[in-house]
Amino acid sequence: MKRFFAQAYLWLLLAMLYAPILIIAVFSFTEAKVLGNWTGFSTKLYTSLFSGGVHHSLLSAIENTLIIAFVAAAASTMLGSVAAVGIHKLYGRKKMVMNTLNNLPMLNPDIITGISLFLLFVSIGVTQGYTTVILAHITFCTPYVVLCVLPRLQQMNPNIYEAALDLGATPAQALRKVIIPEIKPGMISGFILAFTLSIDDFAVTIFTIGTEGLETLSTYIYADARKGGLTPELRPLSTIIFVTVLVLLIVINVRSQRAKNNKQA
Amino acid sequence: MKDSNFIIELSHISKSFDDKQVLDDVSLFVKKGEFVTILGPSGCGKTTLLRILAGFGTANKGEIKIAGEDITMVPPHERPVNTVFQRYALFPHLNVYDNIAFGLKLKKVKEDEIEARVRKALKMVGMTDYEWRDVNSLSGGQQQRVAIARAIINRPQVLLLDEPLAALDLKMRKDMQMELKDMHKTLGITFIYVTHDQEEALTLSDTIVVMSEGRVQQIGTPTDIYNEPVNSFVADFIGESNILNGIMVHDRLVRFMNRDFECVDAGFGENAPVDVVIRPEDVYIMAKCASGMFEGVVQSCIFKGVHYEMIVLTPDGYEIMIQDYNAFEVGQEVSLIVKPSDIHVMQKERITNTFEGTMVDATHINILGTQLVCNEQPDVTGGEKIEVEVDFDKIELMDNKEDGMLVGDVRFILYKGDHYHLTVRTEGGDNIYVDTHDVWDDRDIVGVKIQPDDMRIKRV
Repeated sequence: MKRFFAQAYLWLLLAMLYAPILIIAVFSFTEAKVLGNWTGFSTKLYTSLFSGGVHHSLLSAIENTLIIAFVAAAASTMLGSVAAVGIHKLYGRKKMVMNTLNNLPMLNPDIITGISLFLLFVSIGVTQGYTTVILAHITFCTPYVVLCVLPRLQQMNPNIYEAALDLGATPAQALRKVIIPEIKPGMISGFILAFTLSIDDFAVTIFTIGTEGLETLSTYIYADARKGGLTPELRPLSTIIFVTVLVLLIVINVRSQRAKNNKQA
Repeated sequence: MKDSNFIIELSHISKSFDDKQVLDDVSLFVKKGEFVTILGPSGCGKTTLLRILAGFGTANKGEIKIAGEDITMVPPHERPVNTVFQRYALFPHLNVYDNIAFGLKLKKVKEDEIEARVRKALKMVGMTDYEWRDVNSLSGGQQQRVAIARAIINRPQVLLLDEPLAALDLKMRKDMQMELKDMHKTLGITFIYVTHDQEEALTLSDTIVVMSEGRVQQIGTPTDIYNEPVNSFVADFIGESNILNGIMVHDRLVRFMNRDFECVDAGFGENAPVDVVIRPEDVYIMAKCASGMFEGVVQSCIFKGVHYEMIVLTPDGYEIMIQDYNAFEVGQEVSLIVKPSDIHVMQKERITNTFEGTMVDATHINILGTQLVCNEQPDVTGGEKIEVEVDFDKIELMDNKEDGMLVGDVRFILYKGDHYHLTVRTEGGDNIYVDTHDVWDDRDIVGVKIQPDDMRIKRV
């Protein structure tokens, strides 16, 4: 009986967590303009999402979002990994200070980061647009990459960098041939994290996107909702994003499970 | 200088981390093809010395030459040395073959030559057919073999080994010792081997360098170091020994345990205080009889496999350790004999504590980084430089560090037959030497007290 309640509780919790996204997924396969009306099965919303025309602005918002996410994630992975190597080499007080400085932006509310970046860009006179959004995203993604890479460095045998130098590698070669392969898993998870954070972001983006008509997915949906009612095509879009993330997650988990099994063998 | 006899010339190397002096004027000259072991307890600076040789650290002072060329400022990747690390430090993302080929690939050696040399190196360390194995799947001993292969494949002029066998179990360690010795013979390259294991050092080396507290204590062949230790530290660290206080009455006659003994040493002067070392296997033990040099009662007898180890107490209260093939019962009265040639006499490093400091006022002095009360001194204006002498047995140690005038920790314990001779390191880094009958443990934190009457103050 106890077991039954425990099970029921778990399933109830899961149902509450996943109900909203499941409802959207189900209603993405019907034509009704209003969410909640079922007018029979149809894939029309999917085709119209990708057919452009009327919804050209939605498609370009998706494109912008992906480009920004990719550039920001790549840049912050690079910056964050280098920073992690640097922090790892420090010791004592200096290391503590650097770690705190790195953690601070993550705890800082997004809205503060957004406003301060907005003020910064205005005061130095940069026209807001693509560049400022990307710069802003790099700013808040980098600390997360540092946090992904540092544990890999701590697990590493401290002698292997020296071993590479000892065998005739220059410091640059040692970094490329020994350190980077060792921290690669951390860099990959840092990249994925930065990528999703960037896609997800609204607060920082809205302050740095400017008035030139640039839209990302989050600002588009926000503007769309304020115009009165969500565009029905957002339902298939949400579904696609959800399924993509789900597949990605399964792939990552299967990979890490396999790596674990290999190690044990 | 190119035609120097020495492959390695380390001259006057000093190194400190923050305020801590780790190496103090270390000089070492190594001949080509020699197997040199740097031996010492942990924290003696031996690993720091090796790292300076490999180029992972720089000395504050001093000069390093390899094959006659000054490499003091040369970065590690340009030095003609290779290192075998204690924790192997294999590259976990590469397999055995790629680990071993790492150095050759960097040097752009042709692929077929690399393959031939990797196979040869693997054969040398007894790991043929392991090329494609993942290094993480290998045992500790196998990983260390790969690490050795990875180093020797580059044909370095000098191979540095940093406690390479420390992480292996005893049986494996013994096997690897023999293999390393064979490898050294076959390759003909110079080995510099760092260890804290004195047995390993005696087994492997052509030359042993004994280090303690950042300084070289003695350099010599294993036989020299064992038979003729230069001071009580070396005698205590290498093998078992009885170390006793003695007086060199005159040449070839030494007095200890309240008795005169004939010996073979000379040149210490008359009535000079000395340390006497007798190895436990050099004391002959027999049932009580008239022909013994001195008597005693067996206190304990432990079977050690090949021999018995016994502690014998003399009537004067000295404990002597003896190793013999025959067992004597606890409580049995025995007679003991020591041959003159088995009595090793060593100069005492010090006979009293000497601290440098200054006068504060007529009744206060400043030594060991703290202010102490002293007996009233005449004509003091303050600031005079002084030397204070305190005898070893006049220093009191206390469990409770608050009770002492200063705090220190016990660093080195020497049993002298009837008392302990301790080195206590103060927080300021000064050494205080103490004779005591109390038992202290290494690294004990103690309070130190000196009575004003026991201070001999001299102006300098």
